[in-house]
Amino acid sequence: MSDVDDELPPDATVAARLATYVRAGGVVTPLITLLVAFLFGGLVVLITGHDPIATYKAIFNGTGLNWFFPWISSEDRTIAALNLQQTLIVTTPLILTGLAVAFAFRCGLFNIGGQGQYIVGGVFAVWVGSSFEGLPSLLHILLAVVAGMLGGAFWAGIAGVLKAVAGTNEVISTIMLNWIAIWTGNYLFNLGGPLQNSNPAQKDVPVSNDVLESAKLPVFWGDPQLQGLHIGLFIAVAALLVFWVLLNRTTLGYEVRAVGFNPDAAQASGISVARNYVVVMAVCGAFAGLAGTLDVLGWQFRIATNDIQTSQLGFFGIAVALLGRNTAVGTFFSALLFGGLITGTSVRNLDPTVFEPALATNLTYMIQGLVVLLVSTDVLVIWLWRLRRKRRSSAVLEAA
Amino acid sequence: MTPAKQIGWGGVALGFLAFFIAVPPITVRTPIPIALVGLLAMTAGLLAYRGGEKRLGSGGIVAGVLGISGGYAATQSGESNLEEVVVWGALLASTLRYATPLTLGALGGLFSERSGVINIALEGMMLMGAFFGAWGADVTGSWFLGIVIAIASGAIFAALHALFAITFRADQIVSGTALNLLAVGITGYLYVQIYGDEGTPDDLPQVPNVELPIQSVPFFGDVFGSLNLLVWVALAMVLVTWVVVFRTAWGLRLRSAGENPLAAETAGLSVVRTRYLAVMCSGGLAALGGAFLSIGFVHTFSQNMTAGRGFIALAALIFGRWRPGAALAATLLFGFGSALAQRLPVFSPSGAVLFQALPYVLTLIAVTGLIGRSIPPLALGRPLSKS
Repeated sequence: MSDVDDELPPDATVAARLATYVRAGGVVTPLITLLVAFLFGGLVVLITGHDPIATYKAIFNGTGLNWFFPWISSEDRTIAALNLQQTLIVTTPLILTGLAVAFAFRCGLFNIGGQGQYIVGGVFAVWVGSSFEGLPSLLHILLAVVAGMLGGAFWAGIAGVLKAVAGTNEVISTIMLNWIAIWTGNYLFNLGGPLQNSNPAQKDVPVSNDVLESAKLPVFWGDPQLQGLHIGLFIAVAALLVFWVLLNRTTLGYEVRAVGFNPDAAQASGISVARNYVVVMAVCGAFAGLAGTLDVLGWQFRIATNDIQTSQLGFFGIAVALLGRNTAVGTFFSALLFGGLITGTSVRNLDPTVFEPALATNLTYMIQGLVVLLVSTDVLVIWLWRLRRKRRSSAVLEAA
Repeated sequence: MTPAKQIGWGGVALGFLAFFIAVPPITVRTPIPIALVGLLAMTAGLLAYRGGEKRLGSGGIVAGVLGISGGYAATQSGESNLEEVVVWGALLASTLRYATPLTLGALGGLFSERSGVINIALEGMMLMGAFFGAWGADVTGSWFLGIVIAIASGAIFAALHALFAITFRADQIVSGTALNLLAVGITGYLYVQIYGDEGTPDDLPQVPNVELPIQSVPFFGDVFGSLNLLVWVALAMVLVTWVVVFRTAWGLRLRSAGENPLAAETAGLSVVRTRYLAVMCSGGLAALGGAFLSIGFVHTFSQNMTAGRGFIALAALIFGRWRPGAALAATLLFGFGSALAQRLPVFSPSGAVLFQALPYVLTLIAVTGLIGRSIPPLALGRPLSKS
């Protein structure tokens, strides 16, 4: 039917498909995907009797991205700075949960377990971060980060081992592990749970102990008392670099990509597919666990059972990775986009007189779903591909 | 059935027996007979393993270990606690209730997957059914119309899945995940828009219970005497699904679309149309399961209330090897996990929350494959290549 189709066997893996889309559509398709998703979201807002333009404008102002505009007044800039700090605080874990999904995709695996891995990472971080009083700050932070990453790696590793040993579908196993993590986390911090806080005044509050000062990440922009921006953002950006190097400049990355494109061919050429599944899932879990860790050490400082139930950042990683086409740069920008969307629709940042935050939060979920839905289809890409081909061939004809 | 297989199944059964004799009504209070039965189970498992039935054999061994540990735990806990938790009549009635949405979801998945379309969007279809069932019942004032609206919403939502999976030939797992996310957004948005902070009204019409005149019959009265109508519908649907998929011409077409779509197409059958219909049936059934949750079980809608049940249903389908009867057995097992988890807090109030993870753990163990690698329909997940 088209050139794209010729390149893809009918049983092409997700990784192979997405790689083809990138070649075919470049940066244009994700942008069109976004545009369609936002248009559709606006349509829903319009149908339910609200003003979509005012809504999107209020959401945009809530993200603080107007900080970059040179023409806004200095008061607006102060507020925008506060908002932008929040957006970047959310962007930080999103980059990492996005990488947790993207790395698995490159190996042909679909990791829906980012949420569970995020929770387990956070639990380990809060446990280490609130114990070991008297450690030097750098050592304490390092210890908590390593614990969180190992926790996440262990949790995802379960799914990897099951896939490698018994061929268990990782989609189902990671989803089940999500729910097991949610309920176990709830148990740990619940009244009478083993990790509930030891403060007698908070005996009836289902929350963990506070992270000690020595384990808190330093704030580099804004007021530490007002949830300023912590250095976790740099760690997340460094993780993007690690992801790129790991994938494109190491033997592991080569094997991962080979397995992602065609596991049978990889196996035949001497790559252990089973071992790759385990390693890749563990690395993904370490990314997602780091996301939970940075949230705990950076601004939450404690985990309440309520946080575990309402957190969705791990799930957002799917949309982040897919919109970013499983690349490092793409993941950064789509994490920023969803970070902005989440912040802009939060109770704290969205003006309730324009649009109710509870509605807007669900609007974000809808846009997220639409993005993934549109990314999943190649029709858009094929159409664009043909258009480009036609244009190029007509250009060649004219030149001749 | 080979002898090794028989021995393996015997091992699994003995493992369960080891636990069963430790709880009421038999209530063996000393660990010795339990250990004996459990060891017997493990021996049988070992024999089956050496006889070539590796998975079934290890299943027997695992069942033996679980039986001994569960049975031993039972002998160590107070008899009054045991009697409070293990009331078989109530436990089984509760099992049926918890299994109902899973059964309907799994049957829905069966239609779709037998026709060759992976349906990971069951969760989202269920959630749509849960919301639109509640909303429809509220608006029309009738639980029956609520169910009709729920089924319609599920079928329409499923048509979207069909559009992307079949016509656009998208990656079915990714597009299914997208629909799940979309369903959370759509139902959440509408819920907040329509019901705001107050939630669904208290006088939401409910699907009635079927009161059978067998209440006084011991045990059976407790289990079947007063079940929700939809529980019976779900059980009936198992039979209907079996007949439709395995005993009708349409069912044959459906299965051929899932096993060898090219051959089916060559024989003059429209694979695309068959798959569309199958996926929409799938959505309707899953939505019925969701509607049971909101207007048959808890009598309210809350955001994201399906809580992964769609995925458990899918796991049950895989565990049940894409067959209605076996899928029902799997959903009953998971339902039993939920029912038991609901009663275990007697032993430890703070552990109550932890027990909620039990059905998910059970599902994880089950999909890991106690009984052989499941062989999916041959063309599952493969879009029909256009010529």
